[in-house]
Amino acid sequence: MSQYYTATDHFVLVPAIMLALFGCAILLFDFWVFPEPKQRKWLLAFLALGEAFAGYGLWQQHTYIAGQGIAELTAFQGSLVVDGFSLFFNWMFIAAASIVALMSYRYLEVEGEHHGEYYSLILLAQCGMYFLASGADLITLFVGLELMALCFYIMVGFLRSDKRSNEAAMKYLLLGGFSSGFLAYGFSLLYGLSGSTKLSEIGVAIARRDPADPVLLLAMVTTTVGLLFKISAVPFHMWAPDAYEGAPTTVTAYLSVGSKAASIAFLLRIFLGPLASARAAWEPLLVFAAIASLTVGNLAAISQHNIKRLLAYSSISHAGYMLLGLVAGNETGIKGVAVYVLVYTFTNLGVFLVIVALRREGLVGDNIDDLAGLMHKSPGYALLMLICLLSLAGIPPTAGFIGKYYIFLSLIQAGRYVLAAAAALYVAVAIYYYFRIVRSMFMSDAEDAGAMETTFGVRVAAALTGLGTLGIGIFPEPFLRFAGQSLIR
Amino acid sequence: MPESYVELYFPVFLQVLIAMAVAGGMIGGSYLLGRKVKNRIKDTPYECGITPTGSARGRFSVKFYLVAMLFILFDIEAVFLYPWAVVYRELKLFAFVEMFIFIVLILCGFFYIWKKGALDWSQQERPPEER
Repeated sequence: MSQYYTATDHFVLVPAIMLALFGCAILLFDFWVFPEPKQRKWLLAFLALGEAFAGYGLWQQHTYIAGQGIAELTAFQGSLVVDGFSLFFNWMFIAAASIVALMSYRYLEVEGEHHGEYYSLILLAQCGMYFLASGADLITLFVGLELMALCFYIMVGFLRSDKRSNEAAMKYLLLGGFSSGFLAYGFSLLYGLSGSTKLSEIGVAIARRDPADPVLLLAMVTTTVGLLFKISAVPFHMWAPDAYEGAPTTVTAYLSVGSKAASIAFLLRIFLGPLASARAAWEPLLVFAAIASLTVGNLAAISQHNIKRLLAYSSISHAGYMLLGLVAGNETGIKGVAVYVLVYTFTNLGVFLVIVALRREGLVGDNIDDLAGLMHKSPGYALLMLICLLSLAGIPPTAGFIGKYYIFLSLIQAGRYVLAAAAALYVAVAIYYYFRIVRSMFMSDAEDAGAMETTFGVRVAAALTGLGTLGIGIFPEPFLRFAGQSLIR
Repeated sequence: MPESYVELYFPVFLQVLIAMAVAGGMIGGSYLLGRKVKNRIKDTPYECGITPTGSARGRFSVKFYLVAMLFILFDIEAVFLYPWAVVYRELKLFAFVEMFIFIVLILCGFFYIWKKGALDWSQQERPPEER
């Protein structure tokens, strides 16, 4: 340990080290120790071990912060920070990555593209998310974002012989690279305005400036554009439906919860940190993006026949709800966004899990008609799908209600009655297209008689997502308290 | 301390102006003063003095791109060695350990592409189990 790498630095970095270490280990063990296809379950076990070590590191940070009664722990001269916010999101990433890995094993076997790299990419992408949630420096955040995005570009194109997957990866790569360019431009202007890459120092420099300064406006607009791209908010959502549809379903699940949650964490860090004093300038932009996301997402989802595309548009509309929490800007709103992201993680994973479980030889399972009569074939999965769709629509007693409740409450507390009413009206539209899936499951007869083939991993993942979706809805208090601690000061 | 953006960026503006003047002057000067000979040989692309053969639209083996990309990746990693070498004396043991970890990670990647056959130029078909 030296002055450049103190014990605190190490303590803060442990989860990321574990994720990177096990990610690289899986990459090498894939051809070195476990070359046989049957031995791939050991790679999955290694992933679980990596998550366990990362979780242990995170738990130690958690207990240390709670035990010392401090708000945050900074490391690397303020480049990384551990606070309630980063802990909240990192716990969520561990849950998301583990559930995705559990449901991937059989799916990749069926697709015939089962490679060890997949598990290593899951861990490395999560490592990027770790830096997005706990970075407090523009360069750390940007490198974390790129680490996550690069892993996702590869994973989206993982079905190498499938043209749709290749097309999706190419579109995602080009538009993702384009948006990163915007973000880097905005960051360079922020650096130029403040002379520092530390978020706290940028905040001080921006607070001293005139909010109508054209350079500040340019920096803010370009940064906002880059961030909106990453959370797939309208008008920068074009990549989402194609990427979601073409990617392997398990990757779509990971993309829709992991990447989105990490990008939201990143967005909150930037807007509630350095740009907080320029709220008057960015608030109209976010109001526009939120309403546009709700409109386009909900209306375009109505006419979709492919479930993955439908969920892509639904995910765009959920980005709109999350932005509304930030627009409200009060304590309830930020807490609401945190709860919303948590709820959305479990719920969306549950929906994708059912689509993944449907996949078998000769059935893709991503068309709404493929779900026909699911109630008669496997009532358990039909029930899970129903619970998760109710939760996505925001109907009690599922978790989605709690998420939407806090977003609407925060808007009303902030006096934004029109926004609250508009957002509530779009729930009605959402119920229509979610219930098209429900109707197909419960009211139509099965088109093919083949039974679902599930594995232990898929069943465990199903139980976890179902418990998460119902549990947060019925016993929200511990989760709300946890989210309340995650407020950025 | 310069007061406004105009004052701050005036040297940059001046430099851009001079650069454009130099470039324009060179091209314009040779255009005005030089002899103009037009023939077919002169219109062919310059290929380091070798007579060009065939069309530029020919197809290359995808291996060229793979090797080129891998080269760029490792080349960029090597660039990090220079700033490291500059500050090595100040950072002492920390710099050594840091670079050791960095090199080990690069070697992980190198070992990976090696074993996956990305460097194997003569290999015609990949083994069937890898597809």
